[in-house]
Amino acid sequence: MKFSTTLRAAIMAASMGLASASAFAADITGAGSTFAYPILSKWSEAYKTETGNGLNYQSIGSGGGIKQILAKTVTFGATDAPMAVADLEKNGLVQFPFIMGSIVTVVNLDGVKPGEIALDGPTLADIYLGKIKKWDDAAIKKQNASVKLPSTDIVVVHRADGSGTTFNFTNYLSKVSADWKSKIGESQTPEWPVGIGSKGNEGVAGSVAQTKGSIGYVEYAYAKQNKLTYTSMVNKDGKKVEPTMVAFQAAAANADWAHAPGFVVILTDQPGAASWPLTASTFILVYKDPVDKAATAEALKFFNWGFAKGGKMAEELDYIPMPEAVVGLVNKALADVKK
Amino acid sequence: MTDMAVPIDASVQQTVRERSRALGSLKTADRIFHWLTFSAAVFVLVLLGAIIISLVIGAWPALSTFGFGFITSERWSPAKEIFGAAAPIYGTLVTSLIAMLIAIPVGIGIAIFLTELCPPALRRPVGVAIELLAGVPSIIYGIWGFFVLAPLLKETLQPLLIATFENVPVLNAVFAGPPYGIGMLTAGLILAIMVLPFITAVSRDIFQTVPPVLKEAAFGVGCTTWEVVRNVVIPYTRVGLVGGVMLALGRALGETMAVTFVIGNSHNISASIIAPATTISASIANEFQEASEGLYTSSLIALGLLLFVITFIVLASARLMLARIQSKTGG
Repeated sequence: MKFSTTLRAAIMAASMGLASASAFAADITGAGSTFAYPILSKWSEAYKTETGNGLNYQSIGSGGGIKQILAKTVTFGATDAPMAVADLEKNGLVQFPFIMGSIVTVVNLDGVKPGEIALDGPTLADIYLGKIKKWDDAAIKKQNASVKLPSTDIVVVHRADGSGTTFNFTNYLSKVSADWKSKIGESQTPEWPVGIGSKGNEGVAGSVAQTKGSIGYVEYAYAKQNKLTYTSMVNKDGKKVEPTMVAFQAAAANADWAHAPGFVVILTDQPGAASWPLTASTFILVYKDPVDKAATAEALKFFNWGFAKGGKMAEELDYIPMPEAVVGLVNKALADVKK
Repeated sequence: MTDMAVPIDASVQQTVRERSRALGSLKTADRIFHWLTFSAAVFVLVLLGAIIISLVIGAWPALSTFGFGFITSERWSPAKEIFGAAAPIYGTLVTSLIAMLIAIPVGIGIAIFLTELCPPALRRPVGVAIELLAGVPSIIYGIWGFFVLAPLLKETLQPLLIATFENVPVLNAVFAGPPYGIGMLTAGLILAIMVLPFITAVSRDIFQTVPPVLKEAAFGVGCTTWEVVRNVVIPYTRVGLVGGVMLALGRALGETMAVTFVIGNSHNISASIIAPATTISASIANEFQEASEGLYTSSLIALGLLLFVITFIVLASARLMLARIQSKTGG
């Protein structure tokens, strides 16, 4: 009697497992970048109403996305740090950019309005190196003569997890500060000399919102949604720019996708008077010879749909859609993927 | 008579047979029960062994690469694949120490109040409230610590501590700024609140086991309440108290979620207890998901193994302490 109850329970559990497995089979699975999560979730919603196919995306950070695609637990991985061409070849992966966006530095200072204070690259690097400790430091004052800065300690907030946002941020700091380059360098998981770590773009946004006198860096949508005080930046041309769509597009326009094997282009610190210095793109990784060819084809169909119809949604979230010419290049590269 | 004997004999035999069958089935049931409980016990041992073996196998690449340096090095660089566990070990021990320093006196104090001094009408509500505290999920403590306690400490206690001990040697390093709000002190405070119910509940229960006649005798010779507690209640319940404290310490060492929220996740060793740090379990929770294969994953597993070892040492020394107390008191 007891045995049969257990048996029945086991059968029920097994059939439930089967049912849920078949429910997932229709969905495209992906994992990675939290930077691209807002746009992916918006696209997938619209895609589902149009085609009935859903997207199951885990926003676990770029490092996690690479790990998952290498473990073949997902159909695509999304990373903000492009994989090197040699690694792509070694693992049989194809890489393509699907969206561009921007990172902004955010602060929590009483009485300071968004965009009111400006930071240049070396100052930002010195803050993250722990060399500049107070908000009224001469280096910060120099850029912000008109702003009343408090004499409080700077609380540095960074990511605690492996992050493509961090990769682009530290890539920028390495470009503008020799000191940063030699001591820390660019990495998804650098050895932070100071500050507190938070998990994900969400975590950094939360910590900055919570902590007076703090500074952090997040994807622009997170700053906007959480109504955080972003700063202006001084770009490569020495011009002060605010984080606006115009500035993001100016930086993105510089990207030379056609001559970059594996689309390895990093968009930080671009020239141009209007360019936002912390622009980045998110890359999708799929297998050239996938085990589940139908699933990969479905995933690519989704991104093609996004390229064709997702541009406006991207702009609403302050991302920069890929230009048509780049989409052509991407499609050429994807012709290699076995169907 | 003889005619009658046969049926009687048969019915007796029948009864005997039935009885022995009933006894036999009882015996079988007994055997099954014995076998079931035995296999449950063995299962736990096998499980424990399997955990240790898989931890050691997983940790081996890291331990063999870094050797003893894994425990002594502070450097944690996933990008360069150099890993040292000194910072998380330090953070784990310091936060647990802060938690115990606060929770032991407060917890035992509450227990003394509840058993010796509390008006009976208040005893139940306070007792229930403390037990409820044990039922609050740790993530709630984490969120509360992050959104309420940390900003509060940043504005009040931390600047006060920094300013007060600014010119006192040693203490000015222990309470060195800047006030981040989150850090080892905040994590220690959260842990103290979390383990408080364990210490209080266990101490209260064992204080109630003190025979009233002992206490009455002490009061009879003119002892104050404090003297009764100090000289009768605590010595009588010492063994149980140590057990309760160790239970709480075990929880504090391994607590993950609440600590991850408020520790600051920084792989640096700082003398200042206000500074951000990391603990073993917080590091694993933060980094395991995206750790690359090979040394990184292995180092995180090695961290897990270290936590296992630390907890084992704590439990073993608690046993040792208990045994020593028991042999000394002859009980």
